[in-house]
Formats: sequence, C-alpha cells, structure tokens
Amino acid sequence: MHAPTTTFAARVAVAIHDQRLQAALDRASGGFVAKRAALVDALPEFEALRERARTVKEHVLSNLDGYLLRYEAEVVRQGGHVHWAATDAEARQIILDICKAAGAKTVTKGKSMVSEEIGLNDALEAAGYQVVETDLGEYIIQLAKEPPSHIIVPAVHKTRAQVADLFEEHHRPLGYTRHLTEVSEMVNEARQVLRGHYFKADVGITGGNFLVAETGSSVIVTNEGNGDLTQTLARVHIVTTGIERVVPTLDDVTTFLRLLARSATGQETETYTTFSTGPRRVNAEQSGEHSGEHSSEHGSEHSDVDVGSEHASEQSDVDGPQEYHVVLVDNGRSKMLGGAFREMLRCIRCGACLNHCPVYTSIGGHAYGWVYPGPMGSVLTPLINGIDNAYDLPNACTLNGRCQTVCPVKIPLPGLLRELRRQQFETGLTPWPIRTALQAWAWVAQRPALYHALMRIGIPLLSLVGRKQGVLHALPLAGGWTDTRDLPAPQGGTFQQAWKAQNGARS
Amino acid sequence: MNPAAPSGRDRVLAQIRQSLRRAAQDEQAVAPLAGAGPRPAFSGDVVERFVDKMREKAASVERLASLADVGAAVARYVAAVPAGPALRVSRALAGIDWPSTLTVQHGAAVREDETSVTPCFAAVAESGGIVTLSGADTPSTLNFVPDTHIVVVHASQVVAHFEDLWAQWRATGQPMPRTVNIISGPSRTADIEQTIQLGAHGPRRLHILLVAS
Amino acid sequence: MRVGLFVTCLADLMRPSVAFAAVKLLQDAGCEVVVPEAQTCCGQPALNSGDSGDTRQIAQRVIQAFEGFEAVVGPSGSCMGTIKHDYPALFVDDPVWRARAEDLSRRSHELLSFLVDVLKFDAVAARFDGRVTYHDSCAGLREMGVKGQPRKLLAGVSGMQLVEMQGTEECCGFGGTFCVKYPDISTKMVDDKIAHIQASGAAAVLGGDLGCLLNIAGRIQRRGLPIRVLHTAEVLAGMGASPSIGEPGQAPPAGPGHAGQPQPS
Repeated sequence: MHAPTTTFAARVAVAIHDQRLQAALDRASGGFVAKRAALVDALPEFEALRERARTVKEHVLSNLDGYLLRYEAEVVRQGGHVHWAATDAEARQIILDICKAAGAKTVTKGKSMVSEEIGLNDALEAAGYQVVETDLGEYIIQLAKEPPSHIIVPAVHKTRAQVADLFEEHHRPLGYTRHLTEVSEMVNEARQVLRGHYFKADVGITGGNFLVAETGSSVIVTNEGNGDLTQTLARVHIVTTGIERVVPTLDDVTTFLRLLARSATGQETETYTTFSTGPRRVNAEQSGEHSGEHSSEHGSEHSDVDVGSEHASEQSDVDGPQEYHVVLVDNGRSKMLGGAFREMLRCIRCGACLNHCPVYTSIGGHAYGWVYPGPMGSVLTPLINGIDNAYDLPNACTLNGRCQTVCPVKIPLPGLLRELRRQQFETGLTPWPIRTALQAWAWVAQRPALYHALMRIGIPLLSLVGRKQGVLHALPLAGGWTDTRDLPAPQGGTFQQAWKAQNGARS
Repeated sequence: MNPAAPSGRDRVLAQIRQSLRRAAQDEQAVAPLAGAGPRPAFSGDVVERFVDKMREKAASVERLASLADVGAAVARYVAAVPAGPALRVSRALAGIDWPSTLTVQHGAAVREDETSVTPCFAAVAESGGIVTLSGADTPSTLNFVPDTHIVVVHASQVVAHFEDLWAQWRATGQPMPRTVNIISGPSRTADIEQTIQLGAHGPRRLHILLVAS
Repeated sequence: MRVGLFVTCLADLMRPSVAFAAVKLLQDAGCEVVVPEAQTCCGQPALNSGDSGDTRQIAQRVIQAFEGFEAVVGPSGSCMGTIKHDYPALFVDDPVWRARAEDLSRRSHELLSFLVDVLKFDAVAARFDGRVTYHDSCAGLREMGVKGQPRKLLAGVSGMQLVEMQGTEECCGFGGTFCVKYPDISTKMVDDKIAHIQASGAAAVLGGDLGCLLNIAGRIQRRGLPIRVLHTAEVLAGMGASPSIGEPGQAPPAGPGHAGQPQPS
C-alpha cells in the first residue's frame, strides 16, 4: 500500500529537470535556512535549548509508558477520551467509528502528518465522508490529488498559476467563477470557501505537535489559525498524534516551542499556539440547555445565558467541541523504542533537516515516495514501511551531516542512515554489483602487499591512458561518474612506490 | 469483541515495556526530570519589548491611559478599517463605556462577525503574544472567526517569559480551561509561492489596546 | 614529534603530490614523518555501505599499522574522521580492540588542523598568485572541526587573494559511492558548487579532501571551465604551480622539494 509505483531514480530524474520545482525549492528552503540562521545567531541560549530538549525527550522515552498513562488520566479527568491505536489500520477504524457515532457528514482537517501516515483521508472518503484539508498548502494538494512535497509547506512545488487553475476548477461549483491571478485574491477566496466548510463540519481532526502530561493538553501551532477553526467549530474534535509526542510539563513544552518555529520556518513563534484540554465545559446545572446545540447558529441566544456565578470556570463554555478524542498512534514507534533507531523518536517534525539537506533541495519531497521526505523521511519510511520497501532512501545521502547540526533535538541522522545501510547489507538487500565491488576492494585492501603490487601496475596504466588530456573520459563500470564527469588521471606511480624508492622500505 | 483479546492500549503498553526491557510503570512512578530549560534573556522593560514584538509580527498597538479610553479607541479603529459598527465582545470585558455608534453582542462568534473585542489573561514579552483562556465569558471563537480581533491588554498583565505565564496560571488554582490560545499576530500564510499573505483563515488584523496600569 | 602519515588511498593512487605536500609541511613543522607500508585504505567505502564486517577487518589493519606513533596525521577530513569517530564503535563487543581503536582515535588528526591547533605551526612560505576560493569538505568541517585552520595557513601564502564563495559548507555531491549510485543528484550538486565558485570570481578552488576535489575537478573538466582545483596542502607546500587536478600534463610525482615543477617560492 505504501510502496510507490514509480522508481526512485525515475522520480529523481523528473524532479531534477523540473525547473519550476527547482526554483521553488531554492526559494523556500533558502528562505528557511537564512531566517533560521539569523534567529539562531540572535539567541545565545539556542544550543542550551537543544541540549535541554534532547534531555527531556530521552527522559520521556525512557518513561514513555508512565507519561502516556499520566497524560491519559488527565485527559479523562477533563472529560476527553483517549484511544490507543497499535497500527495504522486500528487508528483508521477508531476514527471511522467516532465519525459514525457522531452521525458526521463533513470532516475538516488541520495539518497532521500522522493522519497522512495512516492513510486517513482515503479511508474517510471511501466511507462516504466529505473531507476538507484546511491548511492552505494541504488544501491545494488535496485539490490536486498529490502527496505533500514538504512537511511544513506541502504545496511548495505549485506555482500560483497552477493554484489558480485548481481553484477555478474546484470552486466554480460553489459559485466562485473568476480566474484569479494574484496571491492575495487566491488566499481570500480560499478563506471564504474554507469558512463554509468550517461552519458545516461535524468532526474536526487536527494533529498534536505535543501532548502535555501535566495537564492532559494537546498543543498545535499554526500561522493560519486553521487548526483552531477546525477544532473549535466542529461538534467533535479528534487529535491524531504519535505516542512519542508527550512531554512532562507546560514548562517543558515551552522549551520545544522555542525551538520549533525557529527551526521550521525561521520565526520566533508561529502565530497561534493552542493548548486544548478536553471538550466544551458544561456546568451540571446548565447541561440540559446546551448539549447538542451548535454554537455558531445560536450565538446571540447564548448571550442571554447568565448563571450569576462568580467563578467563570463553573459556567459552561459557549463554544468549542462537545467531544474531545485523542488517538494515540503507535504504528511501529513502540518497537523503535527498543532498538538502534530509538533516537528518531525525538523528532518534532520541524523540517529543518529537509531545508538544509542538499539532496532534498535538489529533488523535492515527491521523490521520497511517501509522507516524510528528506533525512527524517529517509529514516522513518524504511522503519515504518519496511526496510526492503525503501532501498534508495538511506543510500541517496552523502552523509554530509548538515541535518544533524541543525536538528533541534540532536538526532544523529547520518548515523541512523548508516545503520539502515548496515541492516540492508546484512539482509542481502544491497545490489550484488556493489556488494561484489566492495568486497573485492576490501579483500585487496586487507592485503597491503597484494594491494601495492596491483596498484603499481594498474595506476601507471591508467595514468598513461589519461596523461595527455589529464583526464579519463570513460571507464568501464564507472558510467555513474563518467557520464557527466571526467575522471582526473592518476599522476603517475603511487605515493607508496615513490616514497619507498626515496626512503627505503619501512614496515 | 473477544474479551480475552488484548486491547490496543494493552498492546501498545506491552510493546513499550518490552522495548524498554522492564516491567510496567504506572504514572506515579516516573521520577521527575530535574532542572529547567533556559529562558531567552533580554534586557529592558517588558512592556516595551511586548509592544515591539507585537508590531514586529504585524499586530498594531495603541497605548491608552485608562480603560475609559477603550470604547472610543475601538470606535476609531473600526471606522478606519473600515468595518461595520457591530462588535462581538467577551462578557468578561467589563467596565467599558461603549459609544452609542457601536452595537455590542456577547456569546460565541458567528460567521458574519466583522470585529471582536476580548480581554486577555496575560501577555508575554519574550517573543510577543497575548494569552486567552476559554470560558463562558471568554469564548475562544472571538479570537478566530472575525476579520478583526481587538485585545485589551493591561500593562500589568505583561510577563517576561512563558514560564511566568504558567506560574501565573498555576497560581489561580483553576483547572486548565478547554483552550489556551497564545496569539502573536494576525493570521498569515506563505503557502502560495512563498508569498506572505495576512488573513488566511483567522483574523486579518490583530489590534492591541495597551492600557497603562 | 614522530608522526605516522596516513596517506589515504586517493592520494596514494591518484595524486601522490598531496601526500608529499603533507610530508613537507609536517617536516617543516619539525616532525619526523614515517609512512607505514602496511596501510591501504581507511575502510570508508565499506563502512558507508553497511559492510561492517569488512570495515572491522580493514580497521584492525590500520590500528596495527599505526600503533606507537605519537600522532597519526592524514590529508583528509573524511578518512581521519572515519578513523577517529567510527573505528571505536566498530568494536563495541570487543573490549581489547575497542581500547586499541580508542587509543588510535585519540592520536588521529586531520593535517591542516593538526598543524595549526596542535603544532601551532604557521610558518608557511609559499606563493600563489591570484584569487582562490575554499570548499569546506563536509566530514572535515563537521567531524573534525576543520574550518578556520586552512584559512589561517592560507593567509600566509603571498600573492593569494582568498575570497569566500556562497555555500562554502554545502556538500559538493561526492559522498563516496553516492556519486556513482545517484549521478543525477550528484551532478546537480556539483554544478551548484561550481556556480558558487564562478560567482566568487576565483580562478582556483582549494579544499582538504581529494574525494571532493576529484569530483569538482572532473565536472569542471567535462564542462571545459578554466578553474583550477588543488589540495590546500599542495598550495601551502609550494606546489601550487603544478598541473592542478584534472589538468593535462601530469608529471610523475617526486620527493619533496621538486614535486613535478620547480618551486616558485
């Protein structure tokens, strides 16, 4: 289900030659990189924040069961429901059951990578629900029926003309008939269209950037406010989130929030940071009057309600969802906890690694074939979907390490990618020509006398062939190099040979 | 459903414990993590910093001498947008003299609302942000539905860091409300060609009326 | 100080002048330089391809060959990074070999950072006319902390104008087997690097890792661009006038003092 139908090489070839995509990637990632760097320079505490974040995450992971139980107890105390989904299929079923019980027809969604990971939208649509993504970038790719190409700006690959076409096609039935040209017009039209959906929605599904065990709260951050409209106006709010997102206290989540926006978009904070805890509060005296009513239809009537109580918290909310559900998705995370890839669970999905990765910025997100691109995707996709399903991802990396230097929670991404390669090698997934070449090289390299003897012959030969021009234009089996590059010819004999000639043999 | 089959919860917890190579641990057994995260240090007056940060993030800030000036300030702002005279106001915002040119309604926001006026629980200087707690008299839809959101902030409500905010909330002894919103500017998006646009879904304008204490 | 020179397979096979330059610089700095014959490769190709079995065996050879030297120095951030940071982890289950690997790790250094940070050497007496720019090879930068040291040494080269290009720290696309397994991506990355070099106005690019330099030079030659590519050590050792990497007219290597061309300094 997760394996794409095209090969990595084919998707890369398309992406590399797509000039518009290349320009879009340069602009987006370049912007994020520069803004992040400026903010990091301006914050002397940045390194200390990274170290603290790493420490908090490791502490949570070592106590993950205890923290999840504490979190669950708080959510329930505040009137919410917690569901535990061991697999993606279970998560989908839980959500379908909630929607069915709610008699839902329309579902709005805030941005949730986990919901894409579990294939939620397809399942909801197959069951007959209307699903509307509300994050503008996600909305655009939903209309285009494409996967996201970046975890923060999913429609980065779309030009404004492409967006205008999509809007014209899909908004026409709703009465919007103008073909738009300006970005401001498109955003305005999307605002109006999506408001229609927000106010109609029965169920609002958001992600959860963090879960706070101290208070039983889920936290989302957005610049658009779409997550808030999604979760506040619908009758039922469902949070889809990974089990690894729990942090101990409000003060701890502050550490992560300080790192998240700076790392993701080069902002000090995102516009809206929202802590949600349980459903609409209903005072026992008033519950009979309010349950089942949709606040947006009866706003002015609610203004007449006055309980005369001095304590606001004892009165009922006049807006907000009536049900609050958190779906804790495992989908392989609990297993990762016990192995070589535990550190990947620290990820806060900021996207800094993508923005700084020269491979990602050359090929874009679609080339990675699934929901998570870039360095973090190259680790997660094989782990969640099976190592044999994603041979290329851990290998299409130069191990340059820039991702690790910018990761706010100090995940050793190159080390994890190399460990995936090790597992591929051990299980025989490495293509045999590479295996054979490596083992031949290694065999000779362990035998210095033989190695030097062979090189004494081979190197001068190569040098002879390439001497006149200084380079070799073609080499058998080295098409990957020589298709686009010359190979500088060896200078002559080997260094060891020349050194020995000057200085005599030394062992 | 087979009552003997372990639930999703059981299976997830079991796998966690297996991975951590230890027996079960309930929520009481977790030893708390020592220490605290670093706070971004800054010098100078917290109120001035709050004002600078809000303006940096495309909110507008008007300073008023007292609460008595709020009504007129709102009327002026609304006329300048220009927006209609109808306001959706949090019931918790008490003691305001509203000019007769404006009409005031309470309760949750509706789609047609152009302008809302709310109080806040606190304001944070560190990176800018006003903080609201949802409640019967402070419905959170006022923060998101209207085109314009006006917030009355008292200078004494400004704290330096988010930790100060949490300490303040804990000191109230109240349970966590349904929603805590930290809002640092108008709604924005850069999803189309990386071009920043205000008013994506939430308010197009965030206007702060900063009342001296 | 008695230093064991880790030649690196690329210098040994493709460009001995880099190793001769390293010897010269270390000798000028007062070291006795020994070149253990039993060395071949650091094992990076096997390591980065997940072949930890072969890597371990190669590592054991290297550990043995370099026992007893006060310092082990090589003209490559990636090779010395492998030895310093990756060897100990190969012997997690073998306390004896792990201890030996950690001992080698403590004694291992990249050449340019060794000269500046350990030997406090800055008496470079070389000349190189013209504008050059510098490529910060990834492993040297991020694993071995090589950034300011080459620039400090190059500042002592008379006639040279060092201009910093955009993206000095961006990967050039070599990445070992990456460049042959993913040539589309690799070629785009090296073209991006070359675009930065051109934009800087430099006539030559220097760096501390032959893998990167061969990659950059190979693409420059294929595209017919007039940019010279040299290893920093060669320039510092006064070999800057020799044919640069990929340039025709490669002379056979000779000992220090007359590596290919008369020394202009």
